[in-house]
Amino acid sequence: MPDVNITVDGKKVAAPAGTLLIEACKNAGIEVPSFCYYPNLSLQGACRMCLVKVEKMPKLQTACTTVISEGMIVATNSDEIRQARKSMIEFLLGNHPLDCPVCDAGGECELQDMAFSYGAAESKYMEPKNHKEEQQWSPVVYFDRPRCILCYRCVRVCGEGMDVWALGVQNRGVSSIIAPNQDDHLECEECGMCIDICPVGALTSGAYRYKTRPWEMNHVGTTCTHCADGCKTTLGVRRADTGMEIVRGDNRDKSGINGDFLCIKGRYAFDFAHHKERLTQPLIRKDGRLTPSTWEEAFEVIGSRLTEVRDCDGGQAIGVLGSTRTTNEENYLLQKFARVVLQTNNIDHHRTADFPAFVSALTERPEAAASMRDVYNAPAILLIGNDPTEQHPLLAWQIRNNVRLHRARLYVINSQPIKLRRQATSFLQIPTGAEAQLSSFLAGQDSAIDALLSGPTSRDEWISLREKLRSEPGLVIIFGSEIRGSDVVSLVKSASGIHDVKFICLGDYANSRGAADMGVYPDLLPGYQRLADPGKFHEEWGGVPRAVGFTLPEMIESATAGKLKAWYVVGANPVGRLALDPFAFSQSFVVVQDMFLTETAVIADVVLPAANAYEKSGTFTNTCGDLQLVKKAGEVTGTKSDFEIIVRIAGSMGYDVRKLVPFGRGMTADMGQSRGAQSGEVDRHGVWLEASGLELKMSPFDPMAILDEIQRLLPGYAVSRMDLLAGNAQHTALPAGKAGALHDPKLIVPADNNLFSSGTLGRYSRTLNSVIENRHKKPEELEVAAD
Amino acid sequence: MADLVSHPDEVRVVSKRFGKGATNIDRYLELDGYKAVQKALGMQPDAIVNEVKNSGLRGRGGAGFNTGMKWSFVPKQSPKPKYVLCNGDESEPGTCKDRLIFEHDPHAMIEGVIIAGLAVGATTGYIYIRGEYRYLLEIMQKAIADAYSRGYLGKNIFGSDRHFDIYWHGGAGAYEVGEESALMESLEGKRGIPRIRPPFPAVVGLWGGPTVINNAETLASVPHIILGGADWYANLGPPKNGGTRLFCLSGHLEHPGVYELPMGYNLKRMIYEVGGGILNGRKLKAVVPGGSSTPILSPEEIDVAMDFDSLTKVGSMLGSGGVVVLDETTCMVKFALRIMKFYQHESCGWCIPCREGTDWLKKTLTRFHAGGGLKKDIDNIQYLSENMLGRTFCPLGDAAAMPTISIVKKFRKEFEEHLDGRPCPFEKQGKIEELPVMV
Amino acid sequence: MRLSEQFESRFAEMLTHYPTKRSVLVPTLLYLQDEIGYLSDEGIAEIAQRLELTDLEVRNVISYYSMLTTRPRGKFNVQICTNIACLLRGGEELLEHCEAKLGIGHKRTTADGLFSLEEVECIGACSWAPAAQVNYDFHENLTPAKMDSVLEKYKNAQ
Ligand SMILES: Cc1cc2nc3c(=O)[nH]c(=O)nc-3n(C[C@H](O)[C@H](O)[C@H](O)COP(=O)(O)O)c2cc1C
Ligand code: SF4
Ligand code: FES
Repeated sequence: MPDVNITVDGKKVAAPAGTLLIEACKNAGIEVPSFCYYPNLSLQGACRMCLVKVEKMPKLQTACTTVISEGMIVATNSDEIRQARKSMIEFLLGNHPLDCPVCDAGGECELQDMAFSYGAAESKYMEPKNHKEEQQWSPVVYFDRPRCILCYRCVRVCGEGMDVWALGVQNRGVSSIIAPNQDDHLECEECGMCIDICPVGALTSGAYRYKTRPWEMNHVGTTCTHCADGCKTTLGVRRADTGMEIVRGDNRDKSGINGDFLCIKGRYAFDFAHHKERLTQPLIRKDGRLTPSTWEEAFEVIGSRLTEVRDCDGGQAIGVLGSTRTTNEENYLLQKFARVVLQTNNIDHHRTADFPAFVSALTERPEAAASMRDVYNAPAILLIGNDPTEQHPLLAWQIRNNVRLHRARLYVINSQPIKLRRQATSFLQIPTGAEAQLSSFLAGQDSAIDALLSGPTSRDEWISLREKLRSEPGLVIIFGSEIRGSDVVSLVKSASGIHDVKFICLGDYANSRGAADMGVYPDLLPGYQRLADPGKFHEEWGGVPRAVGFTLPEMIESATAGKLKAWYVVGANPVGRLALDPFAFSQSFVVVQDMFLTETAVIADVVLPAANAYEKSGTFTNTCGDLQLVKKAGEVTGTKSDFEIIVRIAGSMGYDVRKLVPFGRGMTADMGQSRGAQSGEVDRHGVWLEASGLELKMSPFDPMAILDEIQRLLPGYAVSRMDLLAGNAQHTALPAGKAGALHDPKLIVPADNNLFSSGTLGRYSRTLNSVIENRHKKPEELEVAAD
Repeated sequence: MADLVSHPDEVRVVSKRFGKGATNIDRYLELDGYKAVQKALGMQPDAIVNEVKNSGLRGRGGAGFNTGMKWSFVPKQSPKPKYVLCNGDESEPGTCKDRLIFEHDPHAMIEGVIIAGLAVGATTGYIYIRGEYRYLLEIMQKAIADAYSRGYLGKNIFGSDRHFDIYWHGGAGAYEVGEESALMESLEGKRGIPRIRPPFPAVVGLWGGPTVINNAETLASVPHIILGGADWYANLGPPKNGGTRLFCLSGHLEHPGVYELPMGYNLKRMIYEVGGGILNGRKLKAVVPGGSSTPILSPEEIDVAMDFDSLTKVGSMLGSGGVVVLDETTCMVKFALRIMKFYQHESCGWCIPCREGTDWLKKTLTRFHAGGGLKKDIDNIQYLSENMLGRTFCPLGDAAAMPTISIVKKFRKEFEEHLDGRPCPFEKQGKIEELPVMV
Repeated sequence: MRLSEQFESRFAEMLTHYPTKRSVLVPTLLYLQDEIGYLSDEGIAEIAQRLELTDLEVRNVISYYSMLTTRPRGKFNVQICTNIACLLRGGEELLEHCEAKLGIGHKRTTADGLFSLEEVECIGACSWAPAAQVNYDFHENLTPAKMDSVLEKYKNAQ
C-alpha cells in the first residue's frame, strides 16, 4: 500500500493508508498525549487529550480517531491545543483526590506526568470532591474509584484482549463507574491486565500495593518461571534483610514476545521465594534426621558418596533427575556432569510433551517450527488438544489477538468445549482419546474417521474441514500432549502439502523444551543427538558413556531392586509429582536440591537449598523454541544456584571444573550479565575462587560459558547473543538430520496446571492460593502435584 | 391529552389533523392520509430526495441540516440492510411537539418513514419513542398494526412490488439517547454512548447498515411536501428555511402552547401576539429560543426571524422549537443552575470535559446561588464552559456550555448581585441547597 | 421466572423486530419493571439468560437509564418536573408541596409503600407546565391544590 503524505507541525510525515493520526505522529517523533487511546484496543475518543488542529476542520479533532488522508495539514502544539490539553487535566483534577503521596502509581502515573507537562497545577476547584471508599475486588485487584479517570482501558483489555469481559461501565455522567462482574467483586482470570493498563492508580495490585515506591525499586527484565510460553517479565526488586526481595512483576517496557501480556502467574506468583518454608541451609541426614549443616560439609558428603558409588558400582548405579524449571545452562551442565563426571546416561526429567518425536517428525524440514510471534501473525491456526486459556495463557492471547486484529482463521479440535472455541472459525469436538485417529484421518487415512463421529460433527464436515485445512497456506498447527509418538509423525505428514505450514508442540513448564533440547534424556544428547552418534560431544567432552541410560521408570525399577545406589535430583519432585513410591528412594543415597522440603526432599540424605529461576541467570527455551534470557532479580541469602551447586559437587568429586565449564574459552566471560540487580557476585565467590587458583573475573559459575558451549555445539542455538542480551526472544532452529526419537508415549505425563496452579511452586505462592481459596473450591481439586 | 391551542397566524401543515381523530385509520384516510406514500411509490428515489431537498426542509431535531441532502448521503448500493430511524426521543427541555404528532397524527409518522425508506432504498423503519411517552407508544403500536392490516405495511405495500416494515421501540429515560448515534446504540440494546464519527449513520448506522435518522416532526412533514410540492413548502418560509414548524411556547406567557407557525416568524410577535404576552403583564427578561441548549436572548435581541440562519446571525440557534420565556422575576443564576443540573444529570459521562465540566459547573452554580459565590467564580464559570465548548465527544457538552456562556455574558450583573453571601434577590428566602452526592 | 402472558407475547414479538436479540433489551427491561415493580437480581438474571448476555452487561444498561431501577418503589411513582419551563411555572414549589404532603424526599417511598416521589427532568409537557407524571400518566397545568386531588385520586383508586 502506498504511503499517505501529511504535514504535521510543518514536518512532512508519510505513513501507510489507514494509519491513525496519533500513530503517524508518534512514528514521526511527535508526541500527542492521550489517556484512552491504546494501541490494538478499540477507539474511544473519550479523554479528549489528543485534540489537534486539522486544517479545514472547524473544531479540534481527536488524533486517536482520525485516519490520515493525503495532504492533511496538522498542528499539534498551538496555544489553542495546549490550552485544550491543560483544560482536560484541570477537569480531571477537579474531582481527583490528589493523594499522589500515598498512591501506588505515584511516580509512574500518566495523569501526574501530563499535569506536569501541561501545567495544570493551579487548582480552580473549591467544591467538595466526590468521594468513595476503596474496594477490594479480588485478592489481587483493588479499585480506588476517585482516582479513576474513566479511560476504559481496563474494560477493553479485559474484554477485547482477554475475552473475559469482567469489567463494565455503570451509571452515567459523573456517577459513571467501572464495575466488576459480580456486584462487589470480580470473577475472572485474575490476569491483572487491568491493573497494568491503568494509567493512574485506580486499579492497584493486592500483591504490590503500599509495599514500596516505584523509584525505590530496581527493575530486572527476565523470563517468567511458570508455564512454557516464556513471557518476558520485569521484576521490581528491593533490598531486604534476606537479600533481594521481588516486590512486583509486570511487563512495563512492553517488549518481548508477550508485549502487553502477563497472566496471574507471571504477574504475581513470584512470592514463593519468600515463603516461610523456603530452605536456606543445607540439610544432612544425621541419626535419621535432616539436620542443618554448612555447604562445605554438604559438598564433602555428596562428593565422597557419589565418588564411592561411581567407583564401586559404576555410573549405572546412579540416577539423575533434571528439572523443567532450571535454565538451559543448568540442564546442559547437569547432563554433562552426569555423563562425564558420574559416567552415566541415567538421566531423565518429567516429560510433559513429546519433543523428541516432534524433532524426528520434522528432521526433513526443521524450519517448520513456529515461534510465538508466528502465532500472532499466522493467517490460519489449527489447534488440536490442550486448553491454552488455562495452560498456555500467552499462546491463547496471541491466538485471540491474531483473530481479532488480523482476522486469522482459527480451527479448534478438542475433546472439550474449550474457551478458545469462541474465537474459532470452526470448532469440532472429538471423543476423549480420539486424537490418534484424528491425526491418522488428517493424514489421509479415511477409515480413522469412524472414531471421530460420535459427536455432532458429520462425516462430510470432517472431510470438508480436512480439505479446507489443506488450502490454508501459512497454517500453524498447534498440538497438545494428547498427540505423541507416531501420531506426531502422522500429523506432520498430514500437512505435507500445505505451503509454509508450521508446528508447535505444547509442553508444560517454563523450561520443558529447554530440558529436552539440552539432552536431559537417557538416550539423547543435547540437540536430540542420538547416543549412538555422539559426534562433536565425544570430542568436546573427551568421551561419552556408550550404554543407553535408564528412563525414570527404569531407574525406579532399578532402585526398587536395590541396584540404583544413588539419586541426584535437581529441582524435581518425583514423589509428590509423579506419585512414585518413596520406597524406591529410601534404599539409596539421595541428594535433592530444591527450594522447599518437597515430598522427595524429606526422604533425601542431603538437601541443598537452591535458588529459583528469578534468582539466577541463563536462558530458557519456551515451548515454541524461542530462546530468552533469564536474569537474576531476587536473592535469598543461604541459597545457591543449581549451576553453582553442580560445579561445586563436581569440584568436590575432584573433577577439574575447567573441563566441565569451559570458561574463558568462548566468546564471553561473565561481564555482569548474570548478576542482575546486584553486584558483588564475584566477591561472593572470591574466597573459593582464589583458593581454587582461579582468576576472579573468569568464573566457572558463569552460565554464559556454558551458553558458549551450547551455541558452539547446537547449530539451532547459534542465535545472536547481542539480541539475546538485549532481552529479545530468539527463535531456535530444530536440529536436522538424524535427530530425535520415538519413545514410549507413556513416558509423557502432562502437568495439568491451570491458570492458578503451577506444580510444586504454585503451592508455595500465597497469591495463587488466596485466589483459589477465594473461589471456595475444595482443596483436593486444587492440589496440583509438583514438578 | 395535552391541550391544543390555536392562533390566527398559524399555518397548519404538520398540525392540520390535530384534534380531528386521525388516530383512526379511516379518519386519517378521509383527511388525505396515505396519499403521499402512494404518490411516492410512483416516483424515482432520486426524485423523492430532490423534492425534499428543494423544499428547504431542515431537520427539526435541532441541528437544522437539510433533510433531502442528508438522505442523499446514503449509498445507493449497500451489502447491509438500510434503515430509517425516526427520532421520537424528544427530551430537550422546552420541547413538547413530537408528542403532539404521535398523539394526534401517528399515521403521518408511518407515512413519513415509508417515504424516507423509498427515497434511500430502505425497507425497514424504526420509530423510537422516549420511555416516558408510554401512552404514545401504545397509540403508535395500534397505528402500525392498523397499517399492516390494511396492507400499507409489510409485503407489497399498497399492492406495489415494494415491502416495508415498521417497528416501534421504547426508550427508558435518557436525554443523550436523543443524539442520533447514541439513539442507535440504545436501539441496539446498549448504553446510550454516542459513536465515533465518521463514519456517519447514513453510511454505517444501525447494525452496520446505512441509516437515515430524522426527527419525528421532520418525517411528519415529508408527506405534506410530497403532496403539496417542494415549491409550495419552500415558499412557506424564507429562503433555505422551508415550511412551518411547531413552536413550543412555554414559561411566563399568558397563552403558552404548541403553535405551528411559518419559518421565519418574528419572535417578538410570537411572544406578544401568539403567546399572549408576558404573564400578568410583567416585563420580559430573556428568551430561550430553541430549547435549553440554545444561547439565551435578551429583550433587545428578540426582534428576530425564527429561522435557522437568522438565529445563527444573532449568536443563537433555532434548535428544537422550544421557546421559553422568562420574565423579570426570574433569577438568572438559578436558571443557569437548573440548566446545568439537567446536563450534569444527563451527561452520558463518556468524555472528560462534559462529564467533569457539567459536574463542576453545577457544584459551583449551586454554591454561588446559595450565597457562597466569589467574584472569581464568575470568570471560572465562563472559563470552564469555554473549555468544554467544541471539545466534547458529542454536542451535549456544547449544549451545556452555550447557554451558560450566554447567561453569564448577558446577565453578569445578576451574578454580581449574588456575591458576598447575599441571599438570592429573587428567592423568597435564601434557600440553601444541598451539595450533590455521588450515587 | 414466571411472567405474565402479556409480557411473554410482547417479548416474543419484539424479538422478531430486530436482527439481534440484544436490541429488545431496553424496552424489555422497562416492561419487566412494570410487571414486577423493579429490576430484581432474579429478573436481571432472567433477561440476561434470555438474551445471551452476562448479568454485568444487563446491569451496565440498567444503570444508564433513569427510568430503570433495581430498588423497589411505591405503587405510584410521582414524578415532578422541575426543568426550565416547569421551574418558571412553579415546578419547584410543586415538588416541595409533594414532599410535605407525602412526607418523603426525592427517590423515597412512603411507609405504606403507596407513593414514591421523584424530581425528574423535562417530561415533554413544557407548554402545559408545571407538569408531573404518576407512573405513565401525565398531569399538567398543575397547582398544589390540583396536585392534592391527583394524589387523592390515586390513593382512592388503589
Ligand atoms: C444531546 C443531544 C440530544 C438530542 N436529542 C434529540 C431528540 O430528543 N430528538 C431529536 O429529534 N433530535 C435530537 N438530537 C438531534 C439528533 O442528534 C439528530 O440530529 C436528529 O435526530 C436528526 O434529525 P433531523 O435532521 O430531522 O433534525 C439531539 C442531539 C443531541 C446532541
Ligand atoms: S459530550 Fe461527552 S460526556 Fe457529554 S454526553 Fe457527549 S459524549 Fe457523553
Ligand atoms: S420543563 Fe418540565 S416538562 Fe419540559
